[in-house]
Amino acid sequence: MNWHAMHAIYFFEMARTRRTLLQSVISPVISTSLYFVVFGAAIGSRIDEIEGISYGAFIVPGLIMLSLLTQSVANASFGIYFPKFTGTIYELLSAPVSYLEVAAAYVGAAASKSIILGLIILATAGLFVPLHVAHPFWMLLFLVLTAVTFSLFGFIIGIWADNFEKLQLVPLLIITPLTFLGGSFYSINMLPPVWQTITLFNPVVYLVSGFRWSFYDVADVSVGISLFMTLSFLGVFLVIVAWIFKTGYRLKT
Amino acid sequence: MVSLMPTIIAVSELSKIYESRFQALKGINLDIRRGEIFALLGPNGAGKTTLISIICGIVKASTGSVRVAGHDSVADYRAARAMIGLVPQELTTDAFESVWGAVSFSRGLFGKPANPQHIEKVLRDLSLWDKRDSKIMTLSGGMKRRLLIAKALSHEPEILFLDEPTAGVDVNLRRDMWQLVRGLQASGVTIILTTHYIDEAEEMADRIGVISKGEIILVDDKAELMRKLGRKQMILQLQTALEHIPPALAAYQLELSGDGNELIYTFDAQDERNGIVALLKDLNDAAIAFKDLHTTQSSLEDIFVSLVKDEK
Ligand SMILES: Nc1ncnc2c1ncn2[C@@H]1O[C@H](COP(=O)(O)OP(=O)(O)O)[C@@H](O)[C@H]1O
Ligand SMILES: [Mg+2]
Repeated sequence: MNWHAMHAIYFFEMARTRRTLLQSVISPVISTSLYFVVFGAAIGSRIDEIEGISYGAFIVPGLIMLSLLTQSVANASFGIYFPKFTGTIYELLSAPVSYLEVAAAYVGAAASKSIILGLIILATAGLFVPLHVAHPFWMLLFLVLTAVTFSLFGFIIGIWADNFEKLQLVPLLIITPLTFLGGSFYSINMLPPVWQTITLFNPVVYLVSGFRWSFYDVADVSVGISLFMTLSFLGVFLVIVAWIFKTGYRLKT
Repeated sequence: MVSLMPTIIAVSELSKIYESRFQALKGINLDIRRGEIFALLGPNGAGKTTLISIICGIVKASTGSVRVAGHDSVADYRAARAMIGLVPQELTTDAFESVWGAVSFSRGLFGKPANPQHIEKVLRDLSLWDKRDSKIMTLSGGMKRRLLIAKALSHEPEILFLDEPTAGVDVNLRRDMWQLVRGLQASGVTIILTTHYIDEAEEMADRIGVISKGEIILVDDKAELMRKLGRKQMILQLQTALEHIPPALAAYQLELSGDGNELIYTFDAQDERNGIVALLKDLNDAAIAFKDLHTTQSSLEDIFVSLVKDEK
């Protein structure tokens, strides 16, 4: 293993975050606060409790998931797309590193960032509503697994994208809608039966449900299924990444 | 000397067909010797960058193989690539990194532990030490080029590729670059540079490979190339101008300068029987006196033009 290379890439990527602190940390904190004002205060005053939990507290896991998914995808896709765009990828391709090491470093950095971000949002939420984490180990496990899984997804998008529009497309058209429709801000039990069934095709439901269970012990689907689905997504993305590396897809002409 | 040095890069039967079906390289065979400066000379689009990119692992070969110090560049890519530093043709750099950070990053990427002393030496050698904390986007074009060289040298490579190092660079900077390359050679680095400037190849190289339309047309020691292919001209400054060349001298295919003051004889430098002695005798017999004589050798430019012309 070329540990020096992985170290170099990881810290290069982390340094990028430090330079763009405003964009990568402060802006999610502000938008989270806005969600609390809008959903928590405005809507929350009309819905007092879901399954025995105050509405403000109920949406915290969903809010964290929303940021975790969008930021993981955005960070990882940008991280690998940008060198392709500027041409500096020549260095990566000519270096004595394996694709596995490259992916591990990029995905690791993107996941680290979103995990830190998730924890910052959690702390921010704690300022607005009383928080309670029933299963801290599971909470962290879901946090890490989701961050890694969707950073992998972002990495794939970054390699696939050959222009900035494509880079924005997936987060905008897929991740954000699925997260909003995936029970981040409501329990799917509140939907009419038909929609409950349809919603089960939304992968984000399983992520949010499992994550919420780790907080409040309530879930839309059983936590075992949530874990299984999360690991399945991880597996699928790993297979795609392995294929990309085997073929050099969009990396080498 | 250099010609006795062992092969450090062996390229064999290398072809590249791009997805567009364009064949950029056609069965290239080429050996680079340890310690030499090798110039790959060819017009734009000849395939120079493609060849370098395959050796360095950026582009996949369609067929053929490359060995770097015996390591196959695909099967044993780690060992092969660790020996190579590449300075790309385009000025592709990050923008927000510091010079120091970028060069240190490259060293890590190539698997070497941090070594601030080496980075400092490289930056000093390239006159970038004062700029070590500057963001890359604040550097001039010449500094960015040097930064790319610093990045390529950060991991102490034994082989350095310079893809058109002086394209678009002014004359003074070109001289600096040549000096730098010679210094690197003196420190034991093997250097392969591509150029479409013939004077650059002529100035720098120990050996020259001429590439045109994806094929290596010839490879030779520079001196040998000049000797073999170089035509020499002998120019005689006459004491009295001639109106025309006397018929007795027709066999020599002489040229007469416009003012009639110079006779020009072109001969093949590699030909032992170049006819000079006979010509001088015949001039004497024809009572043509000259006050001075000198010879000139054709430049690589002439050689190159004649080679590429022959190809067509
Ligand atoms: N990615 C590519 N796809 C298709 N054709 C390419 C690609 N890269 C280079 N070429 C073509 O291959 C030929 C050789 O290019 P290149 O190796 O860059 O030449 P040089 O460096 O000698 O100028 C050119 O005709 C160029 O247009
Ligand atoms: Mg080129």
